[in-house]
Formats: sequence, C-alpha cells, structure tokens
Amino acid sequence: MTAHQGETPAGVVDLTAAPEAAAVDVPPELLAQSLSQYLRASWLRVRGGNSGVLPVVLGLVVVAVGFQIANSKFLSAQNLVNLFEQSTVYMLLAMAEIFALLLGEIDLSVGLVMGLGSVVVAELVQPTGANWPWWAAIIVTLLACAAVGAIQGTLVARLRMPSFIVTLGGLLILEGVSIIVLGGSLVSIGNSQYRNEVALYDIFYGSFSPVVGWILLAVLVGAAGTGLWLQDARKRRRGLETAPRSLTVMKIVIMAVAGAGLVAVCNVNRAHFGTIEGVPFIIPIVLIVLGACTLLLQRTRFGRYVYAIGGNAEAARRAGVRLASIRTWCFVLAGLISGIAGVLFASWQVSLTTNIIKASNSYVLLAVAAAVIGGTSLFGGRGKTIHGVLGGLVIGGIYNGLYLLGVSSQWIDVVVAGVLLAAAIIDVLSRRGAPGRA
Amino acid sequence: MTANPGETPSGTAGAGTADLTLDAKVAAAEVPPALVAQSLSQYLKASWLRIRSGNSGVLPVILAIVIVAVVFEIITPEHAYLRPSNLVYIFGLSTVYMVLAMAETLVLLLAEVDLSVGAVALIGGTIAFKLVQQPGPNWPWWAAILAALAICGAIGAAQGALTALLRIPSFVVTLAGFLLFSGILIVILGGADSTVSLDTTVPNQNIIYDMVQGLIPPVVGWIILALVVVIAGVVMVWRAASRRRRGLTAPPLSVVAIRIALLAIVGAAVVIICSVNRGSSLKSVTGIPWVIPIVLVVLGAWTLVLQRTRYGRYIYAIGGNPEAARRAGVSLPAIRIWAFALCSATAALGGILLGAFFYGQYSSNTADPGQLVLYTVAAAVIGGVSLFGGRGKAVHGVLGGLLIGGIAFGVSLLSLGSLSTPLQYILPGGVLLVAVLIDVVSRRGSVSGV
Amino acid sequence: MTEVNEAPEGASRGGDGAAPLLRLRGIDKHFGPVQALYGVNLDLPAGQVTGLCGDNGAGKSVLTRCIAGAHQPDHGEISFDGKPVHIRSTRDASALGIETVYQDLALADNLDIVQNMFLGRERLRYGLLDEDSMELQAAETLSTLRVTTVRSIRQPVASLSGGQRQSVAVAKAVMWNSKLVLLDEPTAALGVVQTRSVLDLIKRLRDHGLAVMVISHNLNDVFEVADRIAVLYLGRMVAEGPASNFDRQSVVEYMTTGSANGRPSESAASASGKG
Repeated sequence: MTAHQGETPAGVVDLTAAPEAAAVDVPPELLAQSLSQYLRASWLRVRGGNSGVLPVVLGLVVVAVGFQIANSKFLSAQNLVNLFEQSTVYMLLAMAEIFALLLGEIDLSVGLVMGLGSVVVAELVQPTGANWPWWAAIIVTLLACAAVGAIQGTLVARLRMPSFIVTLGGLLILEGVSIIVLGGSLVSIGNSQYRNEVALYDIFYGSFSPVVGWILLAVLVGAAGTGLWLQDARKRRRGLETAPRSLTVMKIVIMAVAGAGLVAVCNVNRAHFGTIEGVPFIIPIVLIVLGACTLLLQRTRFGRYVYAIGGNAEAARRAGVRLASIRTWCFVLAGLISGIAGVLFASWQVSLTTNIIKASNSYVLLAVAAAVIGGTSLFGGRGKTIHGVLGGLVIGGIYNGLYLLGVSSQWIDVVVAGVLLAAAIIDVLSRRGAPGRA
Repeated sequence: MTANPGETPSGTAGAGTADLTLDAKVAAAEVPPALVAQSLSQYLKASWLRIRSGNSGVLPVILAIVIVAVVFEIITPEHAYLRPSNLVYIFGLSTVYMVLAMAETLVLLLAEVDLSVGAVALIGGTIAFKLVQQPGPNWPWWAAILAALAICGAIGAAQGALTALLRIPSFVVTLAGFLLFSGILIVILGGADSTVSLDTTVPNQNIIYDMVQGLIPPVVGWIILALVVVIAGVVMVWRAASRRRRGLTAPPLSVVAIRIALLAIVGAAVVIICSVNRGSSLKSVTGIPWVIPIVLVVLGAWTLVLQRTRYGRYIYAIGGNPEAARRAGVSLPAIRIWAFALCSATAALGGILLGAFFYGQYSSNTADPGQLVLYTVAAAVIGGVSLFGGRGKAVHGVLGGLLIGGIAFGVSLLSLGSLSTPLQYILPGGVLLVAVLIDVVSRRGSVSGV
Repeated sequence: MTEVNEAPEGASRGGDGAAPLLRLRGIDKHFGPVQALYGVNLDLPAGQVTGLCGDNGAGKSVLTRCIAGAHQPDHGEISFDGKPVHIRSTRDASALGIETVYQDLALADNLDIVQNMFLGRERLRYGLLDEDSMELQAAETLSTLRVTTVRSIRQPVASLSGGQRQSVAVAKAVMWNSKLVLLDEPTAALGVVQTRSVLDLIKRLRDHGLAVMVISHNLNDVFEVADRIAVLYLGRMVAEGPASNFDRQSVVEYMTTGSANGRPSESAASASGKG
C-alpha cells in the first residue's frame, strides 16, 4: 500500500499478496452479494483500519452508558432533548469546519464567526435600533458571515497564506468587530413584546406540535426511503454494482426507527409546569443543513473536487480543477454555516455580552474535536457531514453529562482537550501506512 | 532559478566550468554581503542588491518600528508617545513579547507552531509566584523560577512528543494544549476570581518583582554598555583577522567599525532614555530596568544556540528539508521535542516577567492567553521569522516584540473609549495578516506548494 | 583527512586480477511475496565507473539500497575490500566508505553549501560549530573536484542551479573518506551543459581512485562515463562486463527482454541510431 514496497518484476503482476489489501479499501456494498457477505466485508474493513463511523457510534454508546450510570437522569426525555438542543450548535460548527478539513486546511474562526453572527442578528432585530424583520435580519447575517468566509477563503486560496494563520488573524479581528457591534454592553432578544425578538427566540426554544412531528417524520422517512429504493432499482436495472436489497431495507428501517425514537422522546412533556412538547424547530433545521451539505459533497462536481483537492491537490490541479475557486467556496460555506450556528446561538443565549463573545473562541476546539471524533481526517480528503452531526452529539453528550455531574467549567475544558487529543491520535494512527511526512 | 534560461553552451570553457553569467546576479543576491565585499562601497552595493531581490532581512521591521513611532507620536494627545517615561514603559512591556516571540521562533523554525505558548507562559508565571508565597511554600526565588521553567519545559516536551512521535499536526496538539492549560491555570490560581501577588516587602519575592521594575543606576548602565561595546568590538575584529589569516573572506574593517558604532549608538540611546528622570523633582526615578539586560542575555543565549551549535544547525536543517536532515543522521524527534520543550520553558520565563511587569499580580484577568499567543506569533512573523520554517533568527523576535509592544501601548494611549478594547484585537490581527502576507509573497518562486 | 581518497591500497581496477572493491554474490531480496532480486551478482572495482541499467521495476533502486544499507538482502554475500561484510544500516555503509547520492539530493535549501556538506557531521570547537575549518575543508574538496562554478561557498543551496546542486551533493558524498559512491539518476533533471559538468565530475571521482556506480536511464550518459555496464531485468542480473562488450542496441535488448540476439557486439558505442 505504500511507496517502497519494492518493485514487482515488470509484466508479472503478482496479486496473491494484494487481495487482502484491496478488500480492505473497497466499500463493502459494492462487493457483497448478500447481507452476511456485507457484514463480513465490513468487519474486514474495520480491522484494516478504515472504521468509518464505528468509533463515534461506540463513543456515543460509551457516553450514554457511562453518564447514565453516573447520573440516572442522563437518559431522561427532558435531558435528552436538552442534549440534542445544545448539540445542534456543535453539530453546525462541526459541519462548517468539515468543509475546511476536507481540503486539508483548517478554519479557526468558526467560533467567532458564530459569535459575530449572533450579535449582528440580535442587534438587527432590536426595536430601539435597527428594528428589522426577523427574516431580513437572518438573511443579512448569513450574507455577512458568508462574506467573512469569502475574505478568508480568498487569502488562503489565492494568496496561499496558511489557513491557520489567516483564520487566527480573522478570529482576532472578528472578536474586535463583534465587540464594536455589541456596543460594549449587552444585547438581548428576550423581550416577549417584540414580534421579531420572539421569532428569533422561538428558533431555539420553539417546537412543532407532536402530531406535526410524526407527520414530518413520515414524510421524511418516506421520501428518503423511496429515494434510496428507486436509486437502487435503477442501478440494478442497468446492471451496475449495487448493495444487496436486504441492506437497503435495513438502512430504511434504521432511519425510521431512529427517527421514531427521536420524535417519541421529543414528544414527551419536558416542562416542569405546563406543557412543552414536540420536536424542536432546530432539529429539522440541522437535518436540512445536513442533507444539503451531504448532497453537495457526495453528489455534485463541486463536492467531488473538494475531496480531490484534499486527497492530492497537485493531481486535481493537473486534472483541470480550479483550486482557488473551490477552496474559496469551501471557506464561504464554512462561514455561512457558522452564521447559521450564530443565529441559533443568539436564540439559545438570549442575552449576549462581551464575555460570551470572548468565550465563543473555545467553540472552534469543540468543532474540530467533533469533526475528528466523527471520523473526519485532519489531513484532508476523508470525511462526511454526518460525522459532524455524530461528533457534535458526542461532544454535547460529554458537556451535558459533566455538567449534570457538577464538574466545573475549567475541568470540562480539560476533558474536551483530552478528547480532542485522543481523536487526533486515532486519526493519525489510522493513517499509518499512508505515505508519511518526514 | 533552477531551470536554465538561455544557458550558453560552454564549448571552449574547460571541463567542469559552466557559464554563470546569468546566475551571477542571482547568486550575488543570496550571499551575505559581509562575506564577499572587499570594501565599504562594495558592501553597500551588495546589500542594496540583496534588498532589491527580496531578501530584506530586518529592514521591514525596523522601518515599521520607525513608522509606528512617528504615527503614534503625531496622533496621541499631547504627542506623549515618545516621552521617556512612556518609552521605558514600552521597553518593559515589549520584553514580554520579545521573550515569548523568541520562544515561538524555535518552533516556527521547524515549520511547526505552538499555540499554547500564551497559556503556558501564564502557568509558568503563576507557578513561580505561588512557590514564593509566604506563608506557604516560601521557596527561594531562584528555585521557584527554575521549577516553573522545568515544569513548563516538561509540558512542552509532552506536546513535542505528540507532534514528533505520533505526527499529530502541531497546531492541533498545541490548540488542545491551549484549552487544557487555560483551564488548569484557573485551577492553579484557585478559582476564577483569585489573585496571587508578590509581597515586595519580602526580599525573596522582591527580587522577582525587581526583575522588571527594578532599576540599574545610570552610571552603572554606562559602564556596562561600554564594556559590552568594547568586548563585542574586540571579538568582531579578532574574528575577522583570524579568518583573513586562514585565507577566508572576512568583512572589511570599515564594515566592522560601522557595526560597532551602531551597537554603541543604540545602546547609548537606550541608556540615555532610561536616565532621564521620569519621576518628580522630589523622588527621582532614573535607571535601566533590569529586564533589559535580562532579555539581552536571553537573546544572546538563543542566538548562540541557533547559529553556533549543532543543535541550532539541525533546527534550521529540519525546517529547510526534513528528509535531508533525516538522511544525514539527524534525529528528528529528538530535535523537535527539545524545541517544544525549550519554547515552553522560555515562555515560562516570559510569563514570570509578565507578572512582574503587572506589578507582581497574577489573576485570571492579567492577560488573555489567546491574545498573548496571537501577539507572539505576530511579533515573530513581523520580525522576519518565516512560517514555513528554516528562516529566522532570535533577534527577529526581539524586534517584532518591540513593534508589537509599541503598537499595544500606543493604542492604549489613545483615549478611544469603547473602541480601545476591540482595537486591541483588530490591530494585532491586521498586523499579523499583513506580516504573513509579506512573508508569503516574498517566498513566491521558492516554495511551490499547490 | 581532508583529501578525496587516492586509490586505496590493494583495491583493484577491473582486470587486474585482484578482488574488486565491492563484490555481491547471489543477492536475493523480497518484500512479502514479491521477489525484487534473484541471485544478483555484481562487481564494483575501484577506479572504475559501473553503469547500472534496467527498465522501471527491474530492481535497480532495491539493489542500490541493499548496498547502501537501507535494505538488508535476504540471501547472498557482500564482500568489501576482500572481506565479507554485513551492512545493516546506512551508518554501517558510511563507516565502510560507501556513500549514496539519491535522486532528490537531500539538500536543505535554506542552508548554504558548507552547512549542507557537513550536515550531520559538523565540526565543533569548544562545543560550538567550527565554521572556519569546515569552510576551508569544503572549499578544498570542491576545488579538488574542480567544482569552480559556484560564486561563493556561502551561498544558500536554494540559489544554485540543478547541476551545481548535484555537484554539491556529490562533493558532500565524497568528502568523508569514501571509497564507493552510488549515484541514482544524477543527470535525470539536468540540461545539456549541466549534464556535461556532472559527467566530468564522475570521471574525476574515478580518476581519484573511487569506485563509482551510476544508475541511469540515459544510455548516452552511461556510454560516456561507464567502464563497466551491468543490466538488470526483472530482478536478475542478465549482463555484466566491460563497457566495450556492449553497444546501445544490446543494452536495450537486455533491458527489455533479458537477452540479446546473438552475442553482444564487439565494437564499443556503435551508434545504430537507437538508444
């Protein structure tokens, strides 16, 4: 698999040693003819170091079990919904970060872009100030954050400045700009008398009614399931390699079960007084972002080129890929998604102060940790948006669990740093054997 | 430069001699002028050629310092910027950044980065302050300082090991370290609101305080300056002579004389500025802060290590071509781990100086570790250290630190009200980006990254 | 010891009847199930240039690395200066006097010529680098090899042309009491004039009594400098002997088919338009 395995005599290709190596790298779906073959191939793949989302799923299980043992309230419906809600910010930031990581770059400013976005949207809906309608405020905020991404992206892509320095400097500048926008005091969207503030507030704290939740689930699963089935059928009709039918069925069933579980948990009344129930708005928001990004990365030319650049930029360049343009757009997307996270953040925090802005600095670590834990590689070329969602869930779980246990915030930081390191170590070790750096 | 535009076929030239008429200009631009010039005028001409070809050395940062000084002098209220008392304050503040920038330079030369240097500096300072507390551990000041350096050195070694042995990118390791140690700092302090301070009535603690706030009497300062200039001059002349004796090229005597004169002038300027009475007529405050010689010693030490020892040579080699170094038998992990360890230890010293500079008080508000690291990297890069590794010197950190200190102080002097806090973020960020932009653009042509 | 070696005592030039400096017999090397070398024999006499030819994948790099100590052969014997040796590491090879110049030259761009030549083996005086004496010795080595084209020995290597860099890499290799120098594709990236100077440098090494092995695809270069030619095909040494036994056509046939129709032609360097 590596460069210096020695030379096979020209013309005599001896493959008796290669099949094991080859088998490990091929997606099992393509070779398996039945479910059992699929499982066996997947296991072989995991053993070969290409474990995909397995570590993060295991991580989720460990977190869930561990914290439940420590504090029996961890897996209660109330707490779980809380957990989901808090994780959405991490998920979004991780998805933003993935766009940079896939290129083999890094965006250290996602936390501050989120911070900037949050203060901008909050200030814009202030009745005593700009008094914009909430939807206009959101649109402008997203545009502004995307513009920040564009600036950073241009510096990285066209001037070839190292991304971690550009985004480090950007982070500093954004912190200053955010403080200026904040005007030195605090801004709050908690006043229930102003329509626009309420709309913003509801983004995080509002939810669908239980019935609507089930309807949405049915629609989504139905659409996704039908889509998968049809895609499979079309491939089969054309004689292309497809996954076994039972595998597709299993995927649809898992989606339905997980979705149903989510809706059921959310529909439980989680208020102490009165009723709060139903799927929170932010969950579909995150799912939409997830879906859009996954589509973009897996099914468009743009996404294909992103992976190509991350894998071998020189090869991509020679193949005619416009590196500068793709790179810039990735940073724009990172900024945009961080902006969405910013809107959620403003809604979540309700009041924003200078200290909160300064604290948003540490979110970048969580974003990188979430992405890497989820399975995205720091070296580029490997990763999916679903990793961000799963990794964000793990980070959210850790935060939530430690908070429930009364651990003080500085120790939580220590734990998260440890988790980030562990994830990075796993990433590096799983890359052993690939042509290395000196 | 490696392609062969229009190489003339040699034909008549003897075997082994190629036509260099095209490469001569290029080659001339790269050689240190001191080594090829035979006279002062040749030296100046060669230096100018070098600057024009993009290899400008410390010229940009010196220009920047001059510009910053002039600009701030104009725009500050009452043109107070260049007042001796303010200048001495700038010297003192800059020393922290100088030391931190020198620390970071070690790592930058390897084409790595240490983002935890701010947090580690604060930890080092806090540890030292805590160890001299009385009642408490009540360690002797030198033991407390050594302990802080050793502990932070160990921290650096751990980060270096993760980077060098496991090949985790250094920015991830040190980013995690930054978060980790920011949290641990609060734990060591004993909570987010606690303070640890030096009691200046206790001699043991006062020594640390005096490292920054203490003053050398002007007379003694002149004597030391004279000694330094004389010794430096003698060494330079002697070296040049010994090189000439062995048949090697050496800088012409006029160049050596100018260098000695420059050293004397700069030194004299510093001593003069510090000798002006910046107190009142009742209680005169004059003298050179101890921290200046301390920093110069650190500068001297690191310059020696980087330029004149095998270890320093290997750092440059790894930064230039790790594979070449590896083939030459250099142990990459060892050099890297040591570099991170020394960086963190030096950062600890910077932290101690920082605490002493802020009147011997350490709390969670003393400095923001994130801002510290950004200023540090900015100082190093602005001074001339390349982010891509293999290029830079300790003196670059000193010059860059002076610039950053000057900017930070200048901004605080302008009473900008609510703008002053954000500007403290925006300005260094902007300066950092500009500095890196220059670094990248000046590397065009040599580094062919995609 | 500052001069490039004169002919080591007792070491032979091919055809003297004495043992060659380096002798390989029956070298096997495999990587997993893949066999890279089968029973390779090779003689590298001192004071001669041996050109090692072969198509891609024939095993040239593997063989070179076995000699240089980067790989260990699985079977076979290596004798150096008449005595059997085990070369377990590149350090062992250096200790014997075997130096290798790889295709990527392994020079640090940000260091100057002197610093590169002494990389890893710096001289110290009172614990500090002894710059002056290193500079003197480097200058002397370069002038012995008649590399006079660099303007200053203190130039950063980044500013040198390809041929000059190759010359510095070679000078770096021979400075250390070396007896055998292995050069991997030394002229591959060079233009016409620079190739000329490198080939002359190779001849000078030979004239100083070193054994030189040159791997090259470029048969023009091989026939220009080589005293002996060895051809590898699919891991086997299919031809080895004085260069006068070969012409371009036969070398190409050995490289591509493992044998030459009939016997190798009598005359040297017959330009048949091929090769």
